[in-house]
Amino acid sequence: MSPITKEKTNWFFACKVEDVPANGGVCIKYKDEQIALFHFARRGEWFASQNLCPHRRQMALSRGMIGAQQGEPKVACPFHKKTFSLADGRCLSDEHECAIKVYPVKLEEDRIYIGVGGGKETSAVPA
Amino acid sequence: MKIVVIGNGMVGFKFCRKLVERKVPGLELIVFGEERLPAYDRVHLSSYFDGKSTADLLLAPKNWYADNGVRLHLGDPVHHISPGLQTVTAKSGITESYDILVFATGSSAFVPPMPGTDQKGVFVYRTLDDLDHMKTAARKARRAAVIGGGLLGLEAAKSCMDLGIADTTIVEYAPRLMPRQIDQNGSAILQKQLETLGLKIRTNAYTTSILGDGTATGIGFEDGSTIPADMIVISAGIRPRDELAASAGLETGSRGGIVVNDRMQTTHANIYAIGECALYQHIIYGLVAPGYEMADIAIDNILGGNRTFGGFDMSTKLKLVGVDVASFGDPFPPPDSCRVIVFEDQVAGVYKRINMTDDGQYLLGGILIGDASAYNMLLQKVKNKMKITGKPEDELLGARSTGEAAAGVLGLPPDAMICSCESVSKAAICQAVEDGHETFNAVKKCTGASTSCGGCAPMVKDLITYTLKSQGKYVRNVLCEHFGYSRQELYDLIKIRSLHSYDEVLDNIGHGDGCEVCKPAVSSILASLWGDMILAKGNDTAQDSNDRYLANIQKGGTYSVVPRIPGGEITPQKLMAIGRIAEKYNLYTKITGGQRIDMFGAHVGDLPLIWEELIAEGFESGHAYGKALRTVKSCVGSTWCRFGLHDSVSYAIRVEERYRGLRAPHKIKSAVSGCIRECAEAQSKDFGIIATEKGWNLYVCGNGGSKPQHALLLAADLDSETCIRYIDRFLMFYIKTADPLTRTATWLNKMEGGIDYLRNVVVKDSLGIAGELEREMQALVDSYKCEWREVVETPALRKRFTHFVNAPEEKDPSVQFEQLREQKKAVEWK
Ligand SMILES: Cc1cc2nc3c(=O)[nH]c(=O)nc-3n(C[C@H](O)[C@H](O)[C@H](O)COP(=O)(O)OP(=O)(O)OC[C@H]3O[C@@H](n4cnc5c(N)ncnc54)[C@H](O)[C@@H]3O)c2cc1C
Ligand code: SF4
Ligand code: FES
Repeated sequence: MSPITKEKTNWFFACKVEDVPANGGVCIKYKDEQIALFHFARRGEWFASQNLCPHRRQMALSRGMIGAQQGEPKVACPFHKKTFSLADGRCLSDEHECAIKVYPVKLEEDRIYIGVGGGKETSAVPA
Repeated sequence: MKIVVIGNGMVGFKFCRKLVERKVPGLELIVFGEERLPAYDRVHLSSYFDGKSTADLLLAPKNWYADNGVRLHLGDPVHHISPGLQTVTAKSGITESYDILVFATGSSAFVPPMPGTDQKGVFVYRTLDDLDHMKTAARKARRAAVIGGGLLGLEAAKSCMDLGIADTTIVEYAPRLMPRQIDQNGSAILQKQLETLGLKIRTNAYTTSILGDGTATGIGFEDGSTIPADMIVISAGIRPRDELAASAGLETGSRGGIVVNDRMQTTHANIYAIGECALYQHIIYGLVAPGYEMADIAIDNILGGNRTFGGFDMSTKLKLVGVDVASFGDPFPPPDSCRVIVFEDQVAGVYKRINMTDDGQYLLGGILIGDASAYNMLLQKVKNKMKITGKPEDELLGARSTGEAAAGVLGLPPDAMICSCESVSKAAICQAVEDGHETFNAVKKCTGASTSCGGCAPMVKDLITYTLKSQGKYVRNVLCEHFGYSRQELYDLIKIRSLHSYDEVLDNIGHGDGCEVCKPAVSSILASLWGDMILAKGNDTAQDSNDRYLANIQKGGTYSVVPRIPGGEITPQKLMAIGRIAEKYNLYTKITGGQRIDMFGAHVGDLPLIWEELIAEGFESGHAYGKALRTVKSCVGSTWCRFGLHDSVSYAIRVEERYRGLRAPHKIKSAVSGCIRECAEAQSKDFGIIATEKGWNLYVCGNGGSKPQHALLLAADLDSETCIRYIDRFLMFYIKTADPLTRTATWLNKMEGGIDYLRNVVVKDSLGIAGELEREMQALVDSYKCEWREVVETPALRKRFTHFVNAPEEKDPSVQFEQLREQKKAVEWK
């Protein structure tokens, strides 16, 4: 689980554990935003990121396959298989590609919360 | 030290990047660029019409400059320089002083002086802005003409076609295309190839004016003839941008270009010029590789070194409108000084020419059209002045198998330049491998080889393989960092250990957490071994996204649905059902290339509803998604056609129903034709069947697509049952032994012994496995289930088909459509 919690972080209830397929992702609606939430069951970890693929600007990352590269958790966009770190949002497959926003996730019992507005977001998505 | 660079093009950027990498203490680097965008890949400019965005083409994102301490002024051309004061002044008024000034102003397109070039509808082909203007104009244009049949002209013509202007003419003054690179016979072959693609070509045509009255309407020739055109692209050569240098008193050439010495210094020692604006020994180098070399040499000299430029080879290899064209060394030396060997295949559109010294000992250069696979090796032989050892004609026919090609790489001297874009030698690559960089990506990262044009990739890969082998390492084509096995080894291990889910496989024979490479590969093996429902047993998240949603994700994030229509036969009722369902869910419909009906634009949440209705009408999963059997096309056959020998439709349906849903290393296509007229195009399929007087001929390992290859005859005059048995064996053998994402054609090309070996295995059962292959195939056939039905009937699976898990009834609000010919279409990529 992502440990970073900054003061300003605003946690919202995303969904229940059972709503997310093991080792896969779902898309969460938060106000007008879309957030991809992943359950990396093999590692017992949860990650959240923007749902928007920065390359083609489509709402698709939640449908991508997750995995790891030298231990670093990542997601591959279903469109063109560009991969992004779920730890810090960096594009791993193409240094010219923008990074994605990642969000902290916390678990309480079987309820999943995503933190927005906190310090961990790395915003590199051009408007 | 304060360095100012004028021009942020390909070479100017390379200069900056290489300089930044040198980490010079106290360096101040300032760059002025005239264009609105930072440096982008001009070489692949045309791919902008082919799906690439500006972001794809950028050589580095905007923030690269700031992150590396480079001050970049965009859209701000330098207007004045004062070599005495050592200052430059830009249009905005910004003035900067410098210790060293570097010109990297490139060239502009040369527009010949003739009337009419300033009208609307006339374009040049050089910058992204030029392309944007063309894009806008192309919407209304109906006929295009490109003036200039050189390398760029041909590319521009292809772009016109990509923009949807089917009527495009290339006009060339010389008697042949690409006059600087290829000879008359080569040009004739190229011309024929281009014409089959729909381009019109006029050589010996001297353009004297552009017609029109403010808006271009055509072009006029010297002989008084004209052709109509409302979009005209001028590609008549380049003009070095030397105006600023000239006005500052630097010496320039009589036909343009800033004069430089072999250290890239202009007539002012602290002012350098590199790239397409630099004139070195009366030559302007219009390619990136020499420009990059100039950047390197300038840096070396600025930092106190003394490397010098010694000219550069102008060899090029490119793919023009899908046709390989390469010229290397000296493509046409004076005829009496050399020996020439030519190979020509008019039907296949292949032309190859090599020039050798009189005694046949050394290669001088040559031309390759239609098949340039031997280019890298031939180029190396020219560059390194290597002696021809075998028969000279063997050089021409090229390395026939990868084995020989790689052996060729071994024969190169250590200082042979493998990657000319990045100046990486053979020794550097071998050293990197010896230092433990054992994969292509690792070598790429460590040496920089293959990071520009990518043309050297096959040689780099061969070098890695052979360096590893020479170290006594067993070279395996391992899947990825999570599995130390090839696909074939994994297949055997999974079967022997009876592993049934991705996680089981990873836990037992892999390590780490898996990735997007091994997950689908293992899933495909599991599907072809056990025939379980593809989403069953928690395997769904190990599936490629298309397999996971049993539909293809398309532009915009919606899905396409393609019901199976075996053999392409369909009743009017079923046609109406498709029409009704498409209308109800507002789907765009199109007949596919494989006799199916494609329905686009389905929201993920609608998929189960659409499938449910299709199933009720008697349809089933069409595996247009996933690596599986796609379609078995059929012609009309003996039921209706006056030529038909057998009932090709019934047979196609039988074949399709047998192999439907079959998972394989790659997609599989098939067809059945009722006679040798071949209306179903069976010989371009992974397996194809053609009726003969005595039965069926079975062809295998053909491929349409980007690298077409004709299928080869595996067995002739088969009865229907035998034909099926051979297909069983063939497909199962392919599934068990091919690498991931390898089509049957490539699989066969790599197979030692080729089609004869394959025929021995399949027809003569030389390995004694035919019975086993047939049994395994039968098991898969027996376990077939419609995947859509499984989802529709399984609530747990069905639940996964929503866009928002916390608002399941809502559709993705970001999905947008535009109108197109009375239907909808996905909006363009931004
Ligand atoms: C369509 C196309 C296809 C090509 N294909 C190939 C290929 O396959 N292989 C190959 O090797 N080469 C190819 N080339 C050529 C290759 O792109 C050039 O050799 C290369 O871009 C030259 O780099 P450069 O930096 O010298 O010039 P450029 O890339 O042209 O950059 C020069 C930059 O300087 C700017 N500039 C000019 N004056 C000023 C000023 N006063 N102040 C500020 N900025 C200024 C210009 O606006 C421009 O952005 C192709 C070119 C085109 C147009
Ligand atoms: S391939 Fe032969 S049988 Fe089939 S439609 Fe064509 S001509 Fe008729
Ligand atoms: S030769 Fe162009 S990248 Fe190596």
